[in-house]
Amino acid sequence: MQATPTRVVPDARGRYGPYGGRFVPETLMAAITELEAAYTEARQDTDFQARLADLQRHYIGRPTPLYFAEKLTAHCAGARIYLKREDLAHTGAHKINNALGQALLAQRMGKRRIIAETGAGQHGVASATVAALLGMECVVYMGTEDMRRQAPNVFRMKLLGAEVRGVEAGSRTLKDAINEAMRDWVTNVAGSYYLLGSALGPHPYPMMVRDFQSVIGHEARAQALAQIGRLPDALVACVGGGSNAIGLFYAFLDDAVRMVGVEAGGHGIASGQHAARFADAHLGRLGVLHGAQTYVLQNDDGQIALTHSVSAGLDYAAVGPEHAYLREVGRAEYTYATDDEALAAFQLLCRTEGIIAALESVHAIAHVTKLAPELGRDAVIIVNLSGRGDKDLQTVATALNVQV
Amino acid sequence: MSRLASTFERLRAQRRVALMPYLCIGHPTPDAVLNIVPRAEAAGADLFELGVPFSDPLADGATIQAATQRALEQGASLDVCLSQARALRERGVQAPFTFMGYYNPMYQRGLDRFCGQAADAGVDGLIVPDLPPEEAHDLAQAARQHSVDLVFLLAPTSTDARVRLVCQQASGFLYLVSLVGVTGARDSLPPDLERFVERVRAQTSLPLAVGFGIGDPVQAGRVARIADGVIVGSAVVRVADRAQDPPAAVAAFIGQLRAGIDQVAVPT
Repeated sequence: MQATPTRVVPDARGRYGPYGGRFVPETLMAAITELEAAYTEARQDTDFQARLADLQRHYIGRPTPLYFAEKLTAHCAGARIYLKREDLAHTGAHKINNALGQALLAQRMGKRRIIAETGAGQHGVASATVAALLGMECVVYMGTEDMRRQAPNVFRMKLLGAEVRGVEAGSRTLKDAINEAMRDWVTNVAGSYYLLGSALGPHPYPMMVRDFQSVIGHEARAQALAQIGRLPDALVACVGGGSNAIGLFYAFLDDAVRMVGVEAGGHGIASGQHAARFADAHLGRLGVLHGAQTYVLQNDDGQIALTHSVSAGLDYAAVGPEHAYLREVGRAEYTYATDDEALAAFQLLCRTEGIIAALESVHAIAHVTKLAPELGRDAVIIVNLSGRGDKDLQTVATALNVQV
Repeated sequence: MSRLASTFERLRAQRRVALMPYLCIGHPTPDAVLNIVPRAEAAGADLFELGVPFSDPLADGATIQAATQRALEQGASLDVCLSQARALRERGVQAPFTFMGYYNPMYQRGLDRFCGQAADAGVDGLIVPDLPPEEAHDLAQAARQHSVDLVFLLAPTSTDARVRLVCQQASGFLYLVSLVGVTGARDSLPPDLERFVERVRAQTSLPLAVGFGIGDPVQAGRVARIADGVIVGSAVVRVADRAQDPPAAVAAFIGQLRAGIDQVAVPT
């Protein structure tokens, strides 16, 4: 395993090898520099860390269990499969880990207004939740297509006191919501904090989001040693922007543990309707979107491609820069699962384990059903079950031609 | 000396403040700028900012977003942008052009290749709103190679240290973003605009052009009192968008802006 190059990223310019950076309008540069300084301070502040740890434990409900999925393991007839149960975290997904950390930072910086974008709605719900907790105003941008397919989460955000602003531009999904959130941030930069939800965007966001999500991997590593008596052989997580995946991977970077990220294969790579930035050698090329240099789905002219996935949370044209780096140095590998495979895995997990997981997370399960037999019965796999699936019931019912 | 620099020098000698309209290539109809630009030049525009459409223009407000979206739908590719710039030169337009566009399409084309093609097409400068100086090294090098100016932006939020950093790298002129926000005409200009312009002026002898939020002749006049250039974008795009005869309507609007600018005393 190549462990050495991965610990030093990002560098002072926010670069993970050639990836990352900060490609933002000049208006935001001073704010980003201020954010980086504030985060560097908070990171070393024991009071801040203690408050974060206390809320992680008593508000989020951490540590989340590492659960041995015995029946899923039997079904796959291969490696022992453990689920890191982020679906059991408060608000039902890993997104709360980052939202809480950043909101505490925003409060420390004296900001009273939170701006967030959301795809599946999980980050929007998490942001609305922590804004309510800390008494801050919260505006969430969401593509109207995503509002349609994740209606329950829209209502949740409103109940929590957030204002949800629908975005009609482009494909009306996550990409367009981020554009609009960044425009709000450019306009209200003095008093507002942009709470970016994935390991994306300009430096220091990919680093900061990774750090706040790395609690997943730190817990999983300790739990594996305590419960199984050894480290796993492989980690599997879905990758949209990639925050749940980097959150699981990060604590294991120096270990001899295989890491697999699973992108959204949509209707298949050949269809062009997917969000598999690494798998599609034609559309997925190095580029710059939303402040970072990374792999971006785009046409020959550099216009950002419209993406498709049955899961709103993976339906995004760019991948977090640290994933691009881990792939380049050979430390992590990336594959994809199609909509159909994800829907099959969704049902499989319901029936074998009694867990209704998020459509994002079941992309990882879909890959595990292939990987487990390959690795054999002596192996151990940890899958990040990044969220619960209540929000997806309507989408799944429609896909299965069921009236509810 | 670049055409941008020499134009500002000539205008300064004439005690004339530059008027720089923004037009989106491919808007409102695919070839519209070919007819709009010559008329606008005749009506008193000194330089042009030609918008290169991008799918995700995050520094732009609703007007320019809609215009660039429509332009893309009408086929305004990078090649179309380059060929229309060339066609404008062939039609005898003398005023300098800058391309205003986002980084990714330039990056995909290859920075050196893009700068070469832009220079061949008669483009004098590049304005890239999502490329701060920290990330601009490669494009700056390619632009220099082909004698194209890379124009940097400064904002009211730019610290003095950042103003110095940008002034060191800039060429042609500096683009001062008048307000904290995205492009789009506003009812009034920010009250601290004069102080911002003075703060930059103290650091550089480069010409200063002010843009964002300038929508009418009165506002253009106020900016002309303190700046070397006035950039009007969304308001021009809106005129083009709503007109039966876009070239005539834009030319008339340019004439009004010119009058607004020329009414004020010009700084030396």
